[in-house]
Amino acid sequence: MSIFKNRAERLAKTEEIIKSRILILDGAMGSLIQRLGLEEKDYRGERFKDVKIDQKGNNDLLVLTKPDAIQSIHEQYFAAGCDIVETNTFGAQRVSQADYEMEEYSYEMNKVAAQIARAAADKFETIDSPKLVAGSIGPTTKLLSLSPKVDDPAYRDISFDEMKDAFYEQVKGLYDGGADLLLVETITDTLNAKAAIFAIETLFEEVGETLPIMISGTITDMSGRTLSGQTVEAFYNSVRHANPWSIGLNCALGPKQMKAFLSDLARVAECKISCHPNAGLPNAFGGYDETPHDMCEVISTWAIDGLVNIVGGCCGTTPDHIKHIAHGVEGKKPRQIPHFETALRLAGLEPFNF
Amino acid sequence: MTDTVSRFVIVGERTNVTGSAKFRKLIEADDYVGALAVARSQVDSGANVLDVNLDAAMIDGVKAMRTFLNLVATEPDIAKIPIMIDSSNWAIIEEGLKCVQGKAIVNSISLKEGVDAFLDHARKIRKYGAATVIMAFDEKGQADTLERKVEICTRAYNLLMEINFPPEDIIFDPNIFAVATGIEEHNNYGVDFIEATRIIRKNLPHCHISGGVSNVSFSFRGNEAVREAMHSVFLYHAIKAGMDMGIVNAGQLAIYDDIEPTLRDACEDVILNRRPDATERLLDIAGNYLAQGGKKETGPDLSWRELPVNERLTHALVKGITEFITQDTEEARLQAERPLHVIEGPLMDGMNVVGDLFGSGKMFLPQVVKSARVMKEAVAYLMPFMEAEKEEMGLAQKSNGKILMATVKGDVHDIGKNIVGVVLQCNGFDVIDLGVMVPTETIIQRAIDEKVDVIGLSGLITPSLDEMCYVAQAMDKAGLKDIPLMIGGATTSRTHTAVKIAPNFKGDTFYVTDASRAVPVVQKLVGDEKQEYVAENKRDQENARNAHYASQDKRPRLSLEDARKNSLKLDFEGKTHKPSFLGTKVFDEINLAELKDYIDWTPFFASWELAGSFPAILTDNIVGSAASNLYKDAQVMLERIINEKMVGAKAVIGFWAANSIGDDIILYEDDARQSPIATFHTLRQQMVKAEGRANYALSDFVSPVGNPDYVGGFAVTSGIGEIDVANAFKAKHDDYSAILFQSLCDRLAEALAEYMHAKVRRELWGYAKDENLSYEDLIKEKYHGIRPAAGYPAQPDHTEKETLFKLLDATNATGISLTSSMAMDPPSSVSGLYFAHQDSEYFGVGRIDKEQVKDYSIRKNWDIKTTEKWLAPILSYDPSTSE
Repeated sequence: MSIFKNRAERLAKTEEIIKSRILILDGAMGSLIQRLGLEEKDYRGERFKDVKIDQKGNNDLLVLTKPDAIQSIHEQYFAAGCDIVETNTFGAQRVSQADYEMEEYSYEMNKVAAQIARAAADKFETIDSPKLVAGSIGPTTKLLSLSPKVDDPAYRDISFDEMKDAFYEQVKGLYDGGADLLLVETITDTLNAKAAIFAIETLFEEVGETLPIMISGTITDMSGRTLSGQTVEAFYNSVRHANPWSIGLNCALGPKQMKAFLSDLARVAECKISCHPNAGLPNAFGGYDETPHDMCEVISTWAIDGLVNIVGGCCGTTPDHIKHIAHGVEGKKPRQIPHFETALRLAGLEPFNF
Repeated sequence: MTDTVSRFVIVGERTNVTGSAKFRKLIEADDYVGALAVARSQVDSGANVLDVNLDAAMIDGVKAMRTFLNLVATEPDIAKIPIMIDSSNWAIIEEGLKCVQGKAIVNSISLKEGVDAFLDHARKIRKYGAATVIMAFDEKGQADTLERKVEICTRAYNLLMEINFPPEDIIFDPNIFAVATGIEEHNNYGVDFIEATRIIRKNLPHCHISGGVSNVSFSFRGNEAVREAMHSVFLYHAIKAGMDMGIVNAGQLAIYDDIEPTLRDACEDVILNRRPDATERLLDIAGNYLAQGGKKETGPDLSWRELPVNERLTHALVKGITEFITQDTEEARLQAERPLHVIEGPLMDGMNVVGDLFGSGKMFLPQVVKSARVMKEAVAYLMPFMEAEKEEMGLAQKSNGKILMATVKGDVHDIGKNIVGVVLQCNGFDVIDLGVMVPTETIIQRAIDEKVDVIGLSGLITPSLDEMCYVAQAMDKAGLKDIPLMIGGATTSRTHTAVKIAPNFKGDTFYVTDASRAVPVVQKLVGDEKQEYVAENKRDQENARNAHYASQDKRPRLSLEDARKNSLKLDFEGKTHKPSFLGTKVFDEINLAELKDYIDWTPFFASWELAGSFPAILTDNIVGSAASNLYKDAQVMLERIINEKMVGAKAVIGFWAANSIGDDIILYEDDARQSPIATFHTLRQQMVKAEGRANYALSDFVSPVGNPDYVGGFAVTSGIGEIDVANAFKAKHDDYSAILFQSLCDRLAEALAEYMHAKVRRELWGYAKDENLSYEDLIKEKYHGIRPAAGYPAQPDHTEKETLFKLLDATNATGISLTSSMAMDPPSSVSGLYFAHQDSEYFGVGRIDKEQVKDYSIRKNWDIKTTEKWLAPILSYDPSTSE
């Protein structure tokens, strides 16, 4: 049973709380699934035992075949001090699921994933501490702004409309399953994100309700650009029309590398700021070395500098990281949104405001 | 919303098939490579936004729009600017919206097909995340009169407000029509547009105005000189009325003031419809300009692109052009046996040319730093290849030597150090930059760990001199005598290095005056000439020490008592003025744009090692062109700083009732002057003065007890967020921008101090309400009153800042904090006292004797050692040898 009557009440309470403290988002799902050491048969479960294609690695499918395991991961994160967990749906739309020939289950995956996360949240929620479910919307496996063919730069392997429709199915599932927020994350190509925003707006028009949208881009390396070439501010200008509840950065970089770009964002963002970095940069073996303690040290300086409203972790982070991060920002003030002058904020790869 | 606009957005029009036959033919022939070249030339000539229009009978618009925009997306030098998706066909517009990742502008929608279609399109545009141009066109037709233009735009605006369309994303095009057509009704079209612009901007908040400028001169087609003049005159007036965007040929705009006056007047008569015969008069003279044609549509001179790749690299390095560096570096890499050879070969050759030009005074620091940016980009590009190679072959890189650089503990200034770092890197040295406020232990530890060849220390404020002595001692203790120590920074000197720093260290200490000297010094230290150079340096320092000690005893000094007797005795009777308030006031919404006019540019050039006073320096025979280019870049950066609010600025000021008692200034809680709340201690000149000249102390400018007087204090900063921005530039290998940015922040802080001082004199203290000074007079400080800063000649004791900061609660009010050495952090900060008396003036305390040190110690409640430490730079004696 939920403490709050509905999403609107839970969100209203959250809105009150986020004024005075920094909210905690969960850490990586993948690292914890890896620890379970699941085999092909676990991924398939009884229901999909006869499908043709191997499913091992299709983590999004586990909400249908190992729901208890996924719920338990959500619960570990809530126990570590999270306010918001992300649904296990990072790749649960038809573009990504096509690799596993599981497209037709994408709506169901999203809906069930939201229900599982909600069930975990209900166990931890109190009247003073609402626990939220953010529907995770990943970037898909294709890019709208780049050609996969070196010799044909005008070519695209997917259209805006196909992308938008895939996202629509996903967000509909998340909404129907009870997600409180929608999180468009790990944005490597802003045009993909714009298709997601278009799908979300379409859903909102149809259901006559809006949910807060969280948008989180990925700066690929120290050049300070997204994979599709935009600077942080250009990225912000390009998604600002979604009236995001929060804008942020996640993945690719560790907290130390993220600082400068987070500051860039803080200089322009007219909404809350989120950040969920990786546990440092991958080491030679593809693992992540940043300890919970290290990460907490850096992230708490962001809080001291008044840069963030929501923090969490991405690849390589665990409940232990999150516990340290939550502890590190405890009692520190969230970013106050400064006053910005009204301006036409255009963007190509670079911002242009006037 | 004001009716003047500071910025005009140029929308490049050449990628429009309806306006450019050349572009149309390229698209019709499927020559997209050629079409992209047209787009690139628009960006190069300064277009802020790229208009893309593919509406032509023989073109499949939807397909062409998709293809062209997909291609643009893969060309970073075009895709960097926003796109204007221009079509009269909604299907083409919508296709365009599906292809741009940035925030674009739609051109255009209107009420032509009624309210429903209009709102439907507007909602979709919002969902795709674009802004839009709205044509002044409705169900009845296109607006041609002032009233219709205003009426339609107002209606459209109100409709859009109902669906929550952001007003800042609305750009009206109130229709520019041709004038001087011979038809009388057309004569007022120019005026109608300009007036409509004025009214729309005033009545409809946050919206913008755009238009296709070339329409206005349509009747003069074939006569480019007249057309350009008409465009320029039209824009001159329309921009003043509030037009802030225009579709123009970006490479082809005449400057209003450059138009020949007869032509300009005739155009003005036509555009503004000032006389009935305006058209005839313009026609009469138009023939005279026919032969001139327009200015050629030229981009930058690219003939150097024809050169062999090595020469191209040299050219790019010398000229500081980053545009092609990656592709040229790649080409050179493919030709070279190993990626390292590209660095050791063509790139170093290029940098040697730069070094020679710099050394011989033919290139100047700003240009060198730009060259460094090119070099860094090239090296950054090669890095992954070299890493890969290293892994494969287990090779080590060759470096000329490893230099460790640091700004010492307690000091936050690093512009100069960064410049030296960049110049050294250009010369093939590995530079380990530890940044600012580096503790001695870190310097020693890293020097040992990294096995560096030279340590370079920098500092700007006087207490840093002591820190440097301390580092020298620590190096000595750690047994680092084989590592030369290099000293630089604004307060350092040859004498100080020789007398105070070098004796602490058994190794060798070198003083470098500026960046251009750093390279030869380091080269000698790691090269074959080392022994010779070390010996020469030793002799030099011995001479400097002897000269110093010899001069010490000769300078006559007054006793403190005599100096006080000869203090400045001002008349305060009726000359003091009560400020408009007592206590403090915080100004946390400083508008950087207002500070522009208060910038003193001369020190800016000095910080880039360009000597000369502004503005004469811009036309100087020797450094003029370097200074002009730097100034141009500075203006662009300054605009960015202001428009993008890259830094924040804050100020706090305070006034207090005050009187002097001897060399101290006592501040009271209120005008009752019963409860003292603080004391400012001042120091008195002890040099022997000419007859009739007094021995000054700052306390002389405040009335002794008995006459109600006041002092003020201030702390200002324009460096909030400065470090992050500078670091972001550095992360992108753009040290030039980082240094340019920081040197401008520095100037803005001084400008803010000047600005606040003017405000204080004219209103807040208000003792000079009628003051009205020109820029020159302001910069020359031709006003009454002074604002001396602690740590500067009139009060060399930095610790007085602590008192001031407490009184102002400056750290809470502005975010400026004081380091252990009393440096202000962020570095772009200024603080000081205000004195109002008309005879107050800046002076230097000069050297003081032990007697005054003892006296000051008692007043500050310090032991003598502490006083000697903080006043070390002005002691007339050597504390280590005195009893």
